[in-house]
Amino acid sequence: MTAVPSTSAPLVIQAAKEAAWTILVVGLLSFLMVGYQTEVLQGQQMSFVNRFGDVIWAMVLIPIGRFLLVLARGGLLLPPAVLGGIATLYLFGAAVLGLAGSPLYGQLPLPYDQPMVNAIFGVGAVFILAAAIKGQRDRRRGAQTLEMREAAEARQARIARNMSSILGPILIVLAIVIPWTPWGDRAVVDSLVLVMTYVMLGWGLNIVVGLAGLLDLGYVAFYAVGAYTYAKLSIALGFTFWESLPIAGALAALFGVLLGFPVLRLRGDYLAIVTLGFGEIIRIVLINWQSFTGGPNGLGNITRIDFFGLPFERNPAPGTESFHTFFGLEFASTHRVFFLYYVIIVLALITNFVTIRLRKMPIGRAWEALREDETACRALGINPTNTKLTAFAIGAMFAGFAGSFFAARQGFVSPESFTFIESAVILAIVVLGGMGSQVGVALAALLLIGLPEVLRDLSLYRMLVFGGVMVLIMLWRPKGLLAYREPTLLLHGRRKRNKAGVQS
Amino acid sequence: MSAAMAAVSPAADTLLNVERLTMRFGGLIAINDVSFVAKRRQITGIIGPNGAGKTTLFNCITGFYKPTVGRLTLHGDAGHTYLLEQMDGFRIGQKARVARTFQNIRLFTGMSVLENLMVAQHNKLMLASGYTVLGLFGWPSFRRAERDARDKAVHWLEKTRLIGVADQPAGSLPYGDQRRLEIARAMCTDPIMLCLDEPAAGLNPRESADLNSLLLSIRDEFGIGLLLIEHDMSVVMGISDHIVVLDYGRKIAEGTPLDIRNDPAVIRAYLGEDGQE
Amino acid sequence: MEWLFELFHQVNYELPKFVQFLIVGLTLGSIYGLIAIGYTMVYGIIGMINFAHGDIYMIGAFQAMIVLLICGTLGISWVPLQLLLMLVVAVALTAAYGWSVERIAYRPLRGTQRLAPLISAIGMSIFLQNYVQLVQGPRPKPVEPVISGGVTVLTRADGFVAQLGYLQIVIVLLTVALMAGFTLLITRTSLGRAQRACEQDMKMASLLGVNVDRTISLTFVMGAGLAAVAGMMVTLYWGNNDFHMGFNAGIKAFTAAVLGGIGSLPGAMLGGVLIGLIEAFWSGYFTAEYKDVAAFSILVLVLIFRPTGLLGRPEVEKV
Repeated sequence: MTAVPSTSAPLVIQAAKEAAWTILVVGLLSFLMVGYQTEVLQGQQMSFVNRFGDVIWAMVLIPIGRFLLVLARGGLLLPPAVLGGIATLYLFGAAVLGLAGSPLYGQLPLPYDQPMVNAIFGVGAVFILAAAIKGQRDRRRGAQTLEMREAAEARQARIARNMSSILGPILIVLAIVIPWTPWGDRAVVDSLVLVMTYVMLGWGLNIVVGLAGLLDLGYVAFYAVGAYTYAKLSIALGFTFWESLPIAGALAALFGVLLGFPVLRLRGDYLAIVTLGFGEIIRIVLINWQSFTGGPNGLGNITRIDFFGLPFERNPAPGTESFHTFFGLEFASTHRVFFLYYVIIVLALITNFVTIRLRKMPIGRAWEALREDETACRALGINPTNTKLTAFAIGAMFAGFAGSFFAARQGFVSPESFTFIESAVILAIVVLGGMGSQVGVALAALLLIGLPEVLRDLSLYRMLVFGGVMVLIMLWRPKGLLAYREPTLLLHGRRKRNKAGVQS
Repeated sequence: MSAAMAAVSPAADTLLNVERLTMRFGGLIAINDVSFVAKRRQITGIIGPNGAGKTTLFNCITGFYKPTVGRLTLHGDAGHTYLLEQMDGFRIGQKARVARTFQNIRLFTGMSVLENLMVAQHNKLMLASGYTVLGLFGWPSFRRAERDARDKAVHWLEKTRLIGVADQPAGSLPYGDQRRLEIARAMCTDPIMLCLDEPAAGLNPRESADLNSLLLSIRDEFGIGLLLIEHDMSVVMGISDHIVVLDYGRKIAEGTPLDIRNDPAVIRAYLGEDGQE
Repeated sequence: MEWLFELFHQVNYELPKFVQFLIVGLTLGSIYGLIAIGYTMVYGIIGMINFAHGDIYMIGAFQAMIVLLICGTLGISWVPLQLLLMLVVAVALTAAYGWSVERIAYRPLRGTQRLAPLISAIGMSIFLQNYVQLVQGPRPKPVEPVISGGVTVLTRADGFVAQLGYLQIVIVLLTVALMAGFTLLITRTSLGRAQRACEQDMKMASLLGVNVDRTISLTFVMGAGLAAVAGMMVTLYWGNNDFHMGFNAGIKAFTAAVLGGIGSLPGAMLGGVLIGLIEAFWSGYFTAEYKDVAAFSILVLVLIFRPTGLLGRPEVEKV
């Protein structure tokens, strides 16, 4: 601690420089965009409202934050930690009061009217606090050597592995029992159905991106194919959900092969743009092929899911049974929601199980090998095109199942549900989860889909927070939440391997 | 030129027959009318100064490049012949069973050592798993094939002294081990010809001596032909049965190590006596 | 000779329409091309798809629009001065956005796994869209035309007129001038040299004393500046800005960059112009609804026959 004053003098100067630069940048960023809020008047005239107060506050608060952050990263603990801590408590506390509608909020001296904006600045304060603690820890450890960094990485991988093996079963059990707990009301289970759909999509895309290393930005197209397949089969031919499920999967896989065949030769990012284009083409066709897809309004009146032939209806048609009449229960709207929930859990777990099995098959190893080095694969006599196509088709098939489920749940489908942003979110789930990690993908889906559901009340800020969280998680864990890779087969077993690791 | 043609007459133990191979990249002629024969149960060394076209020759043989002119005939088992210049890259490994290693090692670094060797047996296992369908249900014949594949991998791990690190990521091995692993991986494809691109590069003398005995034992135990690009003369001269010398894309000499050592053209190419640039 | 006359007549009849589509296509193409340069430069130097670039363009459009409105309240009505102010202010302030996005969301992720910056960019794109929606409101903003009128190029017997608007002339000329200046910048200045060095080998460049961080930052600044010019053009041309406008334009421009060969500056411009022309002619002769399908299909076709785009350097496989 005694060394601090001597090193902190240049640190303070450096931090001051950074802060000055930040004042300039924040001023440039916010002067027009925040300072002049344009408003459309009647008659298509425009005027603006000036909000220079907001600009000034940003130009004061953000540079202070930057100043403290530089200090914290430089290893200075107390000032950043204390100020950051106070700011965190104050801004978040105030935001909570404001969101709860407390009259006290209006009396607190706060930079912004909107509680959420104050809360966002509060997040910045948390950042400073975290950086101060981390900076202190790094300082105590001294300069990092390469060995230390490798050891730290190995430790993190081990933690990720242990977390996964513990967390996986816990999550499955939790998922199964939650409808029967006091928290499992209709709205929560409904949200969880959505989360589980994305877990399934994430696991499906994980085959393509995580295992085979193919960057697919149009995954939602296969989801759409599945959804519209069930919608059409149900409306035109009267198929039930269970009858059309395999057809939807097969059709989506077929689309995967049709798209994949010409383009899988392309490398990396060229493939990405082509898959993105494919996703957009499907969406445009869905919008414009009025006679077949119902255009922008989509298709409605899709047969809802039934309990293996028993519909969930209050008043079944005369002479037919409904779920509640058959089992002699009181009619409840939760029956269908709960049933949907368990259906999607089973579908998702099948996806998971098949993926885990596939990884240990020759094809799964070939996918991973292709991801690592396509040239070496060719030298070993592995057909790259076929191998990629299988990954593409199997990934698409699971998206087709999920899409079919989506249509059965909603009762209607429209192109709006299949925009690029959906593909991006599914991809983000895979990458944030830690590519290849099944538990990580589930966690990321819970976070990315569950969070906006929780924040539903903050309508305007919901997606802002969503985008911000995506960036922050990536910055926090660039390799994903649970990044580790378990070999598909072990020669010596785990215990011996760890020992061998120590010896070498 | 016609003399070179006459010298190439396919004998019973001919494995690879390279005839009048030429490879052009735009205006650059990387290989110019090269012909030679590589035999079974022999190590054929290919030497030459940097830029002589050795790696390009390998890339033509293993299908990474399509030769501009020329014919590459591989005489496989049971009288099958393959025209390598007409085959897709991966089929040369799959059907003609030519395996190779790379000058800058190309392992699947994130996968374990054992997995690298399992990937090498992909085509056999793929068939045994009924193109994955039977494998998913744990079909017995697939399990047996998987066990056999594992045994073969273990055999090669023991042979290359990598058994202790079988479960470690391939990328974490020291350089010399990676070189040996790459050879083990190539051998797991059951090749009839193995092309080695500078396997001794970056090895210390002891490792290099080890490598010699490994290559000799591969030749003698498996009866396959080896094609070896190498700069380390102690390796090439020590173990090659036959040597082809390339310079500026042309074959300038061919013969036993003793012939090559005393060949004036070779000495000129390496020492540049006549002042070529 | 009858048929020749007939043909001539037919061509004469169709020509004005054709010329009109050509003009519209070139204008659109200039705008796409300017955005595409941002994608291609960033891809060339750090190999990432900057998904937030479309939103940077959107912010450029908004800032140009606000400058125009401020000009109105200050009583500046001389059009050239308005244009100059829009150009300078929008470029400067949007460049700050380009710089900040790189500094906050991409720089800390350099050297980690390949997909991390991509996800960060997607998150940034969502963030920027919603930020603009919050601070500027969700409604589309109508902008009154500043430059109107044009010259008649061709007239048809039935009264159809192919017109070349003054604004279209300004857009195309400005684009050509910027391209020329930009090519000079990349080929002649030390900044351009540093940039090309980083493209080839970032580690080696930094060992030789190139300030890699600064070079990459400047790449984002330049890309954002050009996107702001495109945003300004679109504000003047369509005059209907909303927070979501960056998405479509971004995808189009990215397609253009890939079509031209990602990493190649002339390729980006060529790709932009081609996409613009495809859109204009497809909408003109077939249906406007499927113009994007046409653009993507042509991209796929080009990539099948030239896997690295029209002007991209063919990838030589090193084994």
